[in-house]
Amino acid sequence: MPLLEVSGLTGGYGMTDILHDVSFSVEQGGITTILGANGAGKTSVLRALCGMLRVSDGSMQFAEQKLNGRATESIVRLGIGHVPDGRGTFLNLTTEENLRVGAMTRKDKPGIAQDFDRVYGYFPRLKERRHQQAGTLSGGEQQMLAIARALMLRPRLLLLDEPSFGLAPLVVQDIFRIMRTINDEQKVAILLVEQNASLALELANLAYLLETGKVVMSGPARELREAESVRRSYLGY
Amino acid sequence: MEAFLHQVFSGLANGAIYASLALALVMIYQSTHHINFAQGELAMFSTYLAWAMINAGISYWMAFALTVIASFFIGLTIERVIVRRVADAPILTLVVVFIALLVILNSITGWIFTYTIKVFPSPFPEQPLFGPYISSHEAGVVGVSLVVLLLLFLFFRYTSLGLAMRATAENAVSSRLAGIRVGWMLALGWGLAASIGAIAGMMVAPIVYLDPNMMAGILLYGIAAALMGGIDSPFGAVVGGLIVGVLENLMGAYVVGTELKLTVALMLIIGVLIFKPTGLFGRHFVTRV
Repeated sequence: MPLLEVSGLTGGYGMTDILHDVSFSVEQGGITTILGANGAGKTSVLRALCGMLRVSDGSMQFAEQKLNGRATESIVRLGIGHVPDGRGTFLNLTTEENLRVGAMTRKDKPGIAQDFDRVYGYFPRLKERRHQQAGTLSGGEQQMLAIARALMLRPRLLLLDEPSFGLAPLVVQDIFRIMRTINDEQKVAILLVEQNASLALELANLAYLLETGKVVMSGPARELREAESVRRSYLGY
Repeated sequence: MEAFLHQVFSGLANGAIYASLALALVMIYQSTHHINFAQGELAMFSTYLAWAMINAGISYWMAFALTVIASFFIGLTIERVIVRRVADAPILTLVVVFIALLVILNSITGWIFTYTIKVFPSPFPEQPLFGPYISSHEAGVVGVSLVVLLLLFLFFRYTSLGLAMRATAENAVSSRLAGIRVGWMLALGWGLAASIGAIAGMMVAPIVYLDPNMMAGILLYGIAAALMGGIDSPFGAVVGGLIVGVLENLMGAYVVGTELKLTVALMLIIGVLIFKPTGLFGRHFVTRV
């Protein structure tokens, strides 16, 4: 039984459907990546999961719970941490306040203190800047903060929307390395949406290729990496 | 000189009231970008509640506390029942709803309590306790406003709920993704704003007397104050309130005469909107593309 099972998802904004019959899954503790060009509907998939997109058909099942029709807040409270596109940083709050917002739904003080230590361990730069206004952080630091904020929720599933977007290659590698660690140590499952196919395929165990709102290829990440068409269109060799 | 100082101090006292009302406006504006035109009438209605309680024999401070609490729930209910349903409607719809609320509250109050002007008591002694330039009531108004400010500051700075409300005001989508019940935060904001307005109403009523139209002018000063300070800055609202209060008094006493005082506020509103729409402490919105 996968942690997240989406089948036949169709939906969009207003009258227009953007996603058509999209099916995929994320295993317990696994990493799934959804690849695709700009406008393929990757972000829309994540929005649909979090109740921020009109869903007209299909089902979304997370840990035996149906996600369809639930409010965003309630979905998040089931244990889904969403790192949105644009990072969603609270620019006027300090780094530490951003993290406190991330832990807002939790009551276990010792657990929260533990998680503060943990995320500061993953991202020492955030610890150095914990009293700084988040708006003054660099792009890479803000991306780290966004991931850290989602981790403060103690999620079972982390949704990541293009964490590599607009960042220098070294920073991107750093972030991907930490994502691997988080997945290993905390058994947090990850659904990663990316344009950077080579990094994403290296990290993931399951991969899906999205084109104009449809899944055109799926399978173990290893296989997609070797597929001729993926290599030519998305990996560039 | 004495007259001048007196004008300044009573300007500060009025300013503290404008600041409170401006703060109530800013609180709602920050999270929803709505300017609640009914804020003044809400405060007026609350003040009538206080008057009714005091007339029924309840002690002043007890009535004060009960009014603040009742106003909180009135504000909360208005948000939950009415404003929430039109929150995503075009701005003109909202303006109409707020003006309708204003008129409804005004006429309901007039219908219940009649339009006869009433005397509202001040909790502060008659004889001046703080020197010749400021009456006890004026000093008390400044004191009460400072306490309110301090409590709000502590609430927003140090409590989880305050942090959740700040987060909601800044980025509602991200707040939802952190599991914050954004709808309730907005309702709480309305409740708090109504409570602050109620305090402003009870503080100003002994000066302007109690009648259903008492807040019309005060709301204009409040809007002027909020705009002057920067409509999204709570700190600005307070500074703006004090500036408007003092400026209004000095202009009234020495330049334009008391009849044109309100005109000064309106000119300030227009001036700020034309020359510095972000106000003194407002944020410039810069978006990186």
